[in-house]
Amino acid sequence: MAKIKGRLEIDKERCKGCAVCLTACPFSILELGREVNSKGYNYPRVVDLERCTGCASCATVCPDSCITVYRTKQL
Amino acid sequence: MAEELVYKKPRLLTDKDFHFCPGCSHGTIHKVIAEVIDQMGMENSSIGITPVGCSVLAYNYIDIDWVQAAHGRACAVATGIKRLNPSKLVFTYQGDGDLAAIGTGETIHAANRGDNIVVIYVNNAVYGMTGGQMAPTTLLGMKTVTTPNGRDAKLHGYPFKVGEMISQLEGVCYFTRQSVHTAAGVRRARKALRRAFELSMEGRGLSFVEFVGTCSSGWKMSAVEANKWLDENMLPFYPLSAE
Repeated sequence: MAKIKGRLEIDKERCKGCAVCLTACPFSILELGREVNSKGYNYPRVVDLERCTGCASCATVCPDSCITVYRTKQL
Repeated sequence: MAEELVYKKPRLLTDKDFHFCPGCSHGTIHKVIAEVIDQMGMENSSIGITPVGCSVLAYNYIDIDWVQAAHGRACAVATGIKRLNPSKLVFTYQGDGDLAAIGTGETIHAANRGDNIVVIYVNNAVYGMTGGQMAPTTLLGMKTVTTPNGRDAKLHGYPFKVGEMISQLEGVCYFTRQSVHTAAGVRRARKALRRAFELSMEGRGLSFVEFVGTCSSGWKMSAVEANKWLDENMLPFYPLSAE
């Protein structure tokens, strides 16, 4: 069976740390990191990339359009 | 296998950071508008009318032509622009303080005339920009800075369902109510907005697209709590449309 793997690129400088992406992820693979960007907001990081399917739910709900999603199908 | 791009910031959104508070629905709705206009290939033939309120600066963020109207007058300005430029896609972007309070008259008459414009109405039940005061759309019992004990029907009247009222008018071809607090909601909203834009270009009449949104600063909660509050309190009173 083909396995679909996702990859996220997060624009941490544009992020405002609202955490809406965390709750949108069906696999809960995102969390807010301890580091802050130049605006002083904590931005999300991927804690379990293996489980990402590239469904783009996080990017779809992101109000500041900070997330770019890529997907690879592995046969 | 090659890596494919699934999602990125819409091309028509500028690189300027939104001035909105963290988690504000306006950001997501701006994104949906930018995506739909790009999909339809109408970036050079769209004219938006911005309101007074938090979304007044939409012209900084979506790379199309914009006109900024006086408070509540967006539908009147849009009527003029559409009548002079019938080949353009003309839409207004208004909040509940703008459309449901000071601009009620302009909105009702534009709808009743059936002008071929799209009205995008963002209802978050408070005046966000001025600090979270009661709006006509504030829910009963909802606490705002001007209703510290909650909205009371005897004192403040009832919440105003503008969408339902507008949808009764002959000139309105399409009314839909959407939300953008979940990924599924954003996908439905994208389809609904595209339909509204297409109906407008076919000259079918006024389309009214309501978004039930959050105002985490006005509601005094975090963005995630605001989304939950919207689900539990706003949606029972402002039910979403199927499409």
